Amino acid sequence: MEELGKKKWVALFVGPATLIVGLMLLYPSIHTFILSFFGPNSEAFVGIENYIYAFTNQTMLISFRNNLLWLVVFTSLTVGLGLLFAILSDRVRYEKIAKSVIFMPMAISFVGAGVVWKFVYTYRPPGSEQIGLLNQILISLGMEPIGWLIQGPWINNLALIFVGVWMWTGFCMVILSASYKGIPRDQIEAAKVDGATEWQVFRFVILPHMAPTIAVVATTMVVNVLKIFDIVYVMTNGNFRTEVIANRMYKELFQYRNFGRASAIAVVLFVLIIPVIVINIKRMRGEANE
Amino acid sequence: MKAKLSTGLTLMLLVSLLLFSFQASAQDGTVSVMGVWGGGELDAFNKMIEPFEAATGIEVQYEGTRDLPTLLTTRLEAGNPPDIVAVSGPGMMKDLAQDGDLVNLENVFNMSYLREDFDQKWLDLATYEDGMYALFIAGDAKSLVWYNPKVFEENGYEIPETWEEMDQLAQQMQEDGISPWSIGLESGAASGWPGTDWIEDIMLRTASPEVYDQWIAHDIPWTDERVKNAFEIFGKYAKDPNMVYGGPTSVLSSNFGDAPNPLFTSPPRAGLHRQASFITSFIKESNPELEAGADFDFFPLPSIDEEYGTPALGAADMLSMMNDNEDARKFMKYMATPGAQSIWLSELGKLGTHNRINPNIYPDETTRQMADFLNNAETFRFDASDSMPAAIGSGAFWQGLLDYVSGQDLDSVLENIEERADDAYSSGNATN
Repeated sequence: MEELGKKKWVALFVGPATLIVGLMLLYPSIHTFILSFFGPNSEAFVGIENYIYAFTNQTMLISFRNNLLWLVVFTSLTVGLGLLFAILSDRVRYEKIAKSVIFMPMAISFVGAGVVWKFVYTYRPPGSEQIGLLNQILISLGMEPIGWLIQGPWINNLALIFVGVWMWTGFCMVILSASYKGIPRDQIEAAKVDGATEWQVFRFVILPHMAPTIAVVATTMVVNVLKIFDIVYVMTNGNFRTEVIANRMYKELFQYRNFGRASAIAVVLFVLIIPVIVINIKRMRGEANE
Repeated sequence: MKAKLSTGLTLMLLVSLLLFSFQASAQDGTVSVMGVWGGGELDAFNKMIEPFEAATGIEVQYEGTRDLPTLLTTRLEAGNPPDIVAVSGPGMMKDLAQDGDLVNLENVFNMSYLREDFDQKWLDLATYEDGMYALFIAGDAKSLVWYNPKVFEENGYEIPETWEEMDQLAQQMQEDGISPWSIGLESGAASGWPGTDWIEDIMLRTASPEVYDQWIAHDIPWTDERVKNAFEIFGKYAKDPNMVYGGPTSVLSSNFGDAPNPLFTSPPRAGLHRQASFITSFIKESNPELEAGADFDFFPLPSIDEEYGTPALGAADMLSMMNDNEDARKFMKYMATPGAQSIWLSELGKLGTHNRINPNIYPDETTRQMADFLNNAETFRFDASDSMPAAIGSGAFWQGLLDYVSGQDLDSVLENIEERADDAYSSGNATN
């Protein structure tokens, strides 16, 4: 009887959470997975046709390429710059102001940032008044204006990625800064007394201390990148070969009304994110054991 | 138990209310109208029906929806269609008429009067097999080329009558240091649509209205030579930095609403801009000092192949009748009067299709001329992209156009659209 009472309590505590996760996460995931094997209106079974499309279609391949570019450039820049700002800002007197300024873009929505930067990147033909900040700067330096959002594949994709970096560097900086401040000062000083150069202090004292935090921030950024949608949707709508996977999924669903393909892309995106989640969970368990 | 009872009661009450309201719509003394109008259009519609309600005592119940086909299908299945429906175009009208859902207006109107009141092409467009199923109340024109009359006068430019003359004019403009065309395809998530109007106008002028209809119905594939030809002609302007202001980069990045502005700078940067009648409001918004007629004017996009003349591309408002009853007949007869249509036209700045519209209701001479062009054109066709399935007409077609202008190979662009069309169409000879 004692045993049954315990089970009841467990069910009472775990039940609601299980129900909500099942209803809001598990059921839609499974349903999406099933839909991905059906045609546009979810009536005819088409086997793996939607997946063949997802991995062979020209536009899909472009999205994969762009997402990879985002993954590499966005993650390394946000984490790298965040780390740099975290360490450098610690050494100046106006630290709070500097950090606030860098953190500020975080308060703007993706859509808002997209609209703002669309103005910055605006192109007008040479000879007419430039209304985009960046092209006006180029003109004053005696250069030709550039179609920042039009010219591919490098300029426009990097221009979009920069907007993401602008938004998220502040977030990385704040977290990394907290971790940096947690390093015992005496260790750094001891290293300096022992004659270590700045670089050696960074490489052998600071970095090992911060490694777990850097890994957490980096995985968060990777998840961010795989979901990236708003910036691309607002600024180019995926035109001029700037398509990303999430935008592709949106178009298949709402523009082309192809539920099968949209579901298949969603599943692909989901599968791509799984390793990152696994790493995160493992790390969390590792930390709990420490 | 108590909670269940009250829920049950509420439900019953709701159901009976619903039933009652459905019955009310079929009652005498009311006419139900379904359409897509909201905002300013709805205000204009209310103004238009005011005199009708006052004179007849019939109450007009308007039901507005953005998703007309879906709602209409539901209502038809429930055996409860509205008395009047504002169909989106001849395509929708034909689909409904084919299923026997529309009332033949030949039995409603005195046709000899109607033939006097409307140009034959409007009656033809409303005809399906042996009956007439829609009434035109207004139109819009898209095949218009805007220019700056002052620049034309200063440089001694003539209004071109044919496509060759227009190209010669472009040559002349280039020599005078003016880019012949200004084109802007940017429109947020709808980017690309201004280019579809170009392709449609060129299709009508090079391939015939019949082929145009086949193209809409997907009876010919997108890879057809005639479609390809239309894209290539457009490309000659949109992709050539000598022909278009700022070259393709500017075409892709300029917003359609800003695109006419280079015509009005001093000195002018561009000479010509092809856009629908509504662009006048954008011109006036960016340049409030400009006057229609004196500072900006239009000429019809000239004919390419003489055989097909100068067709007008555009849109129109059409009403169809779904229930044959006395009140609905009265309503349709009222809507066929120039008085009722004039309210709609003057409120919304649209162009009349009725022969007895008083030209003085138009705000300016330019609008009068647009109405003349619309009514005198031997051929009129609805915007093809509006008549295609949304996945194509407001999807793959837009995307393909941008891909083409940004330098992608035309054959692969058209193959991409064709592949999409195979998915999107459920009929059409070219659908696989």
